[in-house]
Amino acid sequence: MATKHIISIGDFDRKEIDHLLDHAAQIDKKKYDDNALRGKILAVLFFEPSTRTRMSFESAMARLGGTSLSVGSVEACSMAKGETLADTIRVVSGYADAIVIRHPKEGAARLAGEFATVPVINAGDGAGQHPSQTLLDLYTIRQTMPIDGIEIALIGDLRYGRTAHSLASALSLYNVRLHTISPKGLELPATLAASLAKKGMEIIEHDNIKDVIDSVDVLYVTRIQRERFPDSASYFNVASSYRITPEILTNAKKHLIVLHPLPRVDEIDARLDESPHARYFEQSRNGVPVRMAMLMQVLQ
Amino acid sequence: MMTESEENEGLLVRRIKNGTVIDHIDGGEALNVVKILGITGTTQEALSIATNVPSRNMGRKDIVKLTNRELSKEEVDRIALISPRATINIIRNFKVCEKKGVEIPIQIEGLVRCPNPGCISNTNEPIRSRFRVLPEGLHCCYCDWVITRDITGHII
Repeated sequence: MATKHIISIGDFDRKEIDHLLDHAAQIDKKKYDDNALRGKILAVLFFEPSTRTRMSFESAMARLGGTSLSVGSVEACSMAKGETLADTIRVVSGYADAIVIRHPKEGAARLAGEFATVPVINAGDGAGQHPSQTLLDLYTIRQTMPIDGIEIALIGDLRYGRTAHSLASALSLYNVRLHTISPKGLELPATLAASLAKKGMEIIEHDNIKDVIDSVDVLYVTRIQRERFPDSASYFNVASSYRITPEILTNAKKHLIVLHPLPRVDEIDARLDESPHARYFEQSRNGVPVRMAMLMQVLQ
Repeated sequence: MMTESEENEGLLVRRIKNGTVIDHIDGGEALNVVKILGITGTTQEALSIATNVPSRNMGRKDIVKLTNRELSKEEVDRIALISPRATINIIRNFKVCEKKGVEIPIQIEGLVRCPNPGCISNTNEPIRSRFRVLPEGLHCCYCDWVITRDITGHII
């Protein structure tokens, strides 16, 4: 049987996504064997900084009775001596039962899957894929409402934001209307928009969040990175007009949920944290049951 | 009776005894066809190229003749990426023994460089570039980048 990898959300069909999220929901209700992965070892290969993804994978493995191995910092590993990723993966395959990898190059996880003899889970490859984030985003939406039939707004940097791309692709498997609000030059890439439209997704672009805030069920906020702008003044100018405040949500639907993959900088006003709309910390917490379901899928 | 290509090329390019004639190449693409086939100045085969030959059906076309080498299906199908109307004639003892069109391959390996500088296939990893051939263009199997135009400009 072929090794089971989780590289891209595009490798999943809707049935597989729903099955995994159902499993995560069972785990969330404490319906799981806390020794399910006893004796199994997860290699945590992170070639880029991470807090949430890395810790939640390690937490997920620990809650299932397994253990995690890591190399520490990039400087401390043999990649710093010029070893190829392919060789690192072949070697680490001999030490662990599964590998979770984050790497700055796009496609690195796909390559890892080709050389590994154990399952590989992609925890983010450059500006490419980050499937576990997408699955936990979908899971968080599903906790409040069925995904079918929702109106969702993506706001922020939709050009470079990998979480927005993956989420939009996954949502195209459902009956969803997508609204996009982004600064000029940071719109959803045309090729992605075309491929989503081909799958039957309705995509509506807006200049201002206020045009759409009263009709959406989910508001997905992404970070606008400072380095995308020529100077600080133009960054602050744009960033301030995309900031989500309690005032903006005055006429929002009662059940609207606000999500953010975190870390946030200034995109969401801290005053919103106590609002029932704010679900970003819960979303982050959901990383554990979703990643537990992913680990069980590849290791059992 | 002379074939259309023989009539058209006249004395430009001589008949070959054994080898491959690639006919009906889109006008001006012959050099790219040669590049795709990996034929360089150091290869041994005698190579004849006719470009912008008048053609009844195509207006103008290019022809490539390669002596003493019969191209494999995988090699000729790559040509379909830039010249889908090309035809391949395998010549043995001056006779056309096989005549076939080119089929657009499902996937191509090691032929095109991914234009995404952040793609893992542009590093020192021991892999060849790999693209799926889709209606919208070439889709990088590693980073999902899609090359929609100027495929020849990305040939390795």
